[in-house]
This record gives sequence, C-alpha cells and structure tokens, in this order.
Amino acid sequence: MTPADRFARLPDLLAADTDLIRRGRRLAVDCRVDVGGEPFFLAIRDGALASLERGARLMHSTAFSFRATEEAWTNYWKPIPAPGWHDLFALTKRGAASIDGDLRPFMQNLQFFKDLLALPRREAA
Amino acid sequence: MAPALEPMVGRYLRVEIEGVPHRIYFEEAGQGIPLVCLHTAGADNRQYRHLLADPDVTRRFRVLAFDLPWHGKSTPPDGWERSEYKLTTQSYTAAIRAFCRAMELDKPVVMGCSIGGRIVLNLAIAHAAEFRALIALEAADFQQPWYDTSWLHRADVHGGEVCAALVSGLVAPQSPAVSRHETLWMYMQGGPGVFKGDLYFYRVDGDLREKVKTIDTRVCPLYLLTGEYDFSCTPEDTLRTAGHIPGVDVTIMKEVGHFPMSENPAQFRKYILPVLDKISSSP
Repeated sequence: MTPADRFARLPDLLAADTDLIRRGRRLAVDCRVDVGGEPFFLAIRDGALASLERGARLMHSTAFSFRATEEAWTNYWKPIPAPGWHDLFALTKRGAASIDGDLRPFMQNLQFFKDLLALPRREAA
Repeated sequence: MAPALEPMVGRYLRVEIEGVPHRIYFEEAGQGIPLVCLHTAGADNRQYRHLLADPDVTRRFRVLAFDLPWHGKSTPPDGWERSEYKLTTQSYTAAIRAFCRAMELDKPVVMGCSIGGRIVLNLAIAHAAEFRALIALEAADFQQPWYDTSWLHRADVHGGEVCAALVSGLVAPQSPAVSRHETLWMYMQGGPGVFKGDLYFYRVDGDLREKVKTIDTRVCPLYLLTGEYDFSCTPEDTLRTAGHIPGVDVTIMKEVGHFPMSENPAQFRKYILPVLDKISSSP
C-alpha cells in the first residue's frame, strides 16, 4: 500500500475516533494535504470529514495546505517513529514538509490536526 | 489510615530580584547537597515532582524547585499589567542567584531544562565558582528556531492550547501517556504571553555560541544530557556545544524528548542518578 493509499483511509480512521471528533467539534475548514505528489482535499465540518477528495482539482480553494514527501509520511506513520520524524514540526524543520496558506485555523486547532494526520499510524502499512 | 502525603513541602520566599520585590513559590524535599531545579519555558516546578519524591535523590540532596516570576504560583511583580514579560539572560541569571542567596544555599548544584539548561550554560560561563556542579538538560549554545513565536500570544488563538500542542511533538513517543499529558497540562496553564516571553531569552537574547568556549569545567563540573527525540535542542546541538567545552560530561538519552524529568520520570532516573552519584561522591 502506498502512503497515499494509507491516507485515503482517513475517513474510516477518523469516524472510529469519537474523541478526536469531539475535540474538533467547533472546527469547519477546507484544507489540502499532499502525500508526496498526490493532493487530498479535506472538508472538515464539526470535527468530522464531510468529504475527502483524492487527486488534483481545478481551482479548488482551501484555507491552508500541508505538504510532505512520501518518505516523511512513511516515517511519520511508523508505530514508533524515529527521532526527527515523529512530529509535523520535526518534518518541517528538517525540510521534508511545508505549511502554506492561512495558518490560523491550523494553529487554532493544532493538536487536532497533529492527531488527525497521525491517524494512519494506527494501521500497519 | 494515615493520609498519603508526598514528601515535598511548598513555601513562598520574599526576595528582591534586580531591586524589585518578588514572592517566589518553591517546593523542597530531602537533605544534603542543595540541588536547585529550573523548569522549562512556559511551565513550572511541578515538572520536578518525581525527583522531589525520589528517596535515592533526597537522601543525599536537598532538592529545591522554584517557579520563576510569572510562572506557576510565583506571581508577577506589582505593576505587571503595564508591561510585556520578556526573560533575558540578565534577569534569568539574577533570579537564580537571588534565590540561592536568599535561601542561604552553600555552593548549590543547579540543574535546568531547556531555557533552564541554556541559563545553566551562562552560570558556567559567568558564575562557575558559586556552584558545586551544573547540569544542563536539553541545552545548547544555540538552536535553530522551528516556529514563529507570535502564534503563542494573540487574541484569536487559545494560548494554553497552542503552547501545549506545539510542545507535544517534543515528547518522545515512548513516554507514558499519563506523563505526556501531565507535562502538556502545565503548558496549558501558563499565563498569557509568558511562554513567548521566555522564548525571548531563548531566541533573541541568549545566543552563547562564542561564550561557551570560555567555560572551565575545572572550576565547576558541567553535565549535559539531551533526549534523542528533542528536535528543538537536538542531540547534534548539544554535542556541538560540548565540543567547545573541554572536560564536559555529555549524555544522549534514549527514548526521551525535551522534558525528561516529567515526560518519562523512570527513564530519566536511569540517566540522572549516575550523574548525581558522581556529584555527591566528589569533594
């Protein structure tokens, strides 16, 4: 399974985590996550995924984007990630990931997004 | 049944720091060599509660952990509402020396973590003869910034939650969930702008890259211990710093991040007890 295939399972993973949905219950945002060269468009409403669209979309507006290399996601999603691969900001600091756009909704809900993007860690590759 | 009391006792100390009256909260336990513990930026002395309750430490050391002004139960100085809090090398050094002097501690050991580790390096640079030994946890002479601190204090982002979420990545994945979340809870409780004000010292005022070369470990032994999962002060940062200090004792701790004493007390104990053994057995 490719890293993008793993991320495509996010709706099921989030639906199974009622505590994470509870923590994001005041959040409504559209954002983009790139797994290597493959973009995903997330529509988050009340902490749940209203939709997850995989692949390029013409003129699709999002508040912010979080992009990381396949290597970064593969390491980030290991059950016990190695030092320097274990946090979103560890990835950005080492140059394996970047964040662009309006960071306000991201920072207002930072732990939610860290935990959301770590969900594929729960499933073996 | 007798009450299940923990051994540490908390008190308030009245002390002037740089001519300004302060009321400083501290906790202490044990007897013997004074061991003053400095918490990380934006946190408080509760980070050391496991050390304060460890008989293998307190039978040889009088452990004292104080809250910096503006932190924990140490209130800010009168008139704080008209100022912006900014920790500096000078004010931090003055607070530590004032506490040690006011408590009449004779050549204490000082152990600090993160900003506390950085200021320990400054104590080694400028005041080594006042201390029996110095222990810097998660410390380096300089570290590359990894986020914009302006996010820490603004009206549209909850300060406590964003501070905790930012530093959550500095906790090692192996650390017990209970200890991880207790460590984060302390960050959620910091006053507005205090973590940001501490980082002024870290980011702007406390670059020690040239000065560490003057440290003389023959005057005062210096120990550096850094967790392998700390990507703020990386093992490479600490090892680079150690490379400039002849005689320094440096250890990279496995399965630990930026908050060894609070995120994984059992793991930290494996590394700090041998250091305390060396200090207590030397004259």
